[in-house]
Amino acid sequence: MPKLTTPISDEAIRSLKAGDTVELSGIIVTGRDAAHKFMIERFIKQPVQPEDEALYAELKKLLDGSMIYHCGPVVKTHEDGSYSFVAAGPTTSSREEVYQSDVIRHFNLKGVIGKGGMGAKTLKACQEQPAVYLHAIGGAASFIAQSVKEVLDVHLLEFGVPEAMWVIRVEDFPAVVTMDSHGESLHAQIEAQSKEKLTALLA
Amino acid sequence: MDYRTVDLTDHFVELIRCAATQLPQDMRQALHQARGNETAGTAAENALDTILLNVEIAERDSTPICQDTGTPIFEVSYPVGFSTRKLSEQIRRAAAIATEKNYLRPNAVDSISGKNSGDNTGEDFPTIHFHEWEEDGLHVDLLLKGGGCENVSTQYKLPDGGLGAGRDLEGVRRVVLDAVHKAQGQGCGPAVLGIAIGGDRGSGYIKSKQQLFRPLDDENPDPQLAALEQRIYEEANQLGIGPMGFGGSTTVLGVKVAAQHRLPASYFVSVAYMCWANRRASLDVTFDEAGMEVRYA
Repeated sequence: MPKLTTPISDEAIRSLKAGDTVELSGIIVTGRDAAHKFMIERFIKQPVQPEDEALYAELKKLLDGSMIYHCGPVVKTHEDGSYSFVAAGPTTSSREEVYQSDVIRHFNLKGVIGKGGMGAKTLKACQEQPAVYLHAIGGAASFIAQSVKEVLDVHLLEFGVPEAMWVIRVEDFPAVVTMDSHGESLHAQIEAQSKEKLTALLA
Repeated sequence: MDYRTVDLTDHFVELIRCAATQLPQDMRQALHQARGNETAGTAAENALDTILLNVEIAERDSTPICQDTGTPIFEVSYPVGFSTRKLSEQIRRAAAIATEKNYLRPNAVDSISGKNSGDNTGEDFPTIHFHEWEEDGLHVDLLLKGGGCENVSTQYKLPDGGLGAGRDLEGVRRVVLDAVHKAQGQGCGPAVLGIAIGGDRGSGYIKSKQQLFRPLDDENPDPQLAALEQRIYEEANQLGIGPMGFGGSTTVLGVKVAAQHRLPASYFVSVAYMCWANRRASLDVTFDEAGMEVRYA
């Protein structure tokens, strides 16, 4: 089983094919709806404003060669103020389709992790970057939380626990490559095959 | 004892814990069976293995099965004389306590400001429906319905020309299969489908969700609807979407259909798509002179 460690090389990404099972280790960052909207509006569509510069620099550094995980975790706050993830499965990625390709390019992401797959714009960005889409098992939250070894930091907590950007260190995080950097998407294949079946059932 | 003075808050907290951390037995059995039906070594089989392992870990550690603990939907059947206002207060307090205990993720977001209330309470949140009944005890069903599967739940207005769906059970079959196809893997299948035929746009959606409380192996008392459930179940599984949309032989684990009266002008079909983590739990409270007895299921 291929093992990936952030920061990930282009060669490692290109060697992956849709259908491969992988284990990911290293530092990644969670980000979902509010975070993607924020990154586009504050970092990508306009020059970074002075009040956002520190966060921007930090994210640039963290995301370079790494991945964003579409996840809104359940988080335990310990007495000393530190955090740990209690439950941390993926959320549906398609909601980030409008933002994802720009975020991948801008921050030099090597992939995103989520569930349900993404569309043509993201697939194209994966080819050009190169990057991959990793599919985690939806709902397997307690299991996946075991591979989140450490919560290192949190940004944008004012968006609420699920929408904040949590900086986490993962070990052997299990996922399936469902969109690779060669233009293959398992989601597009299954969509087309099941459409044929549907058409036959409705004939 | 005078049940009007009883505070059930702690029991509602335990009900929430049960729903969030323990998958019902019928769902587990169905997932085990589905796992056996997938081809060895496929992503579908692997996904179901992970799901079953996760269910065990969540129960053992008393942690949420899924981090999206969803909209808590309470269906409360209460005897004459209970104060629904007090029960609502207790349920809302329980939701806040369960959030503190990490059984629930803070999930109630102000739609205007975007601010998360932090404790799973807010305007019409959680959802609570009350039904007065003639029994002496209290029965509460709870469903935790996550956002991923809620987003692929849908409603059709028949006739639907594009799908060739008229105002009859054949039309219902056609639109439901379309809904399953459109959902692909986005709703975390294999799914349970709650379907309501008729009603208005509001009552249809509520009725469709209420079907998700039915045990997978129950039999619809209406033979026509029982046959429709079986047919949609078999055909949806022929679509090949599979667990997580990875492809495979199990796309749905159960189909439950109910019908409501409708306006002559309207024919809605409401489809409540529920993820494999069909988290339902129930609470029964009975009262006698000595005190009360509480049972969870």
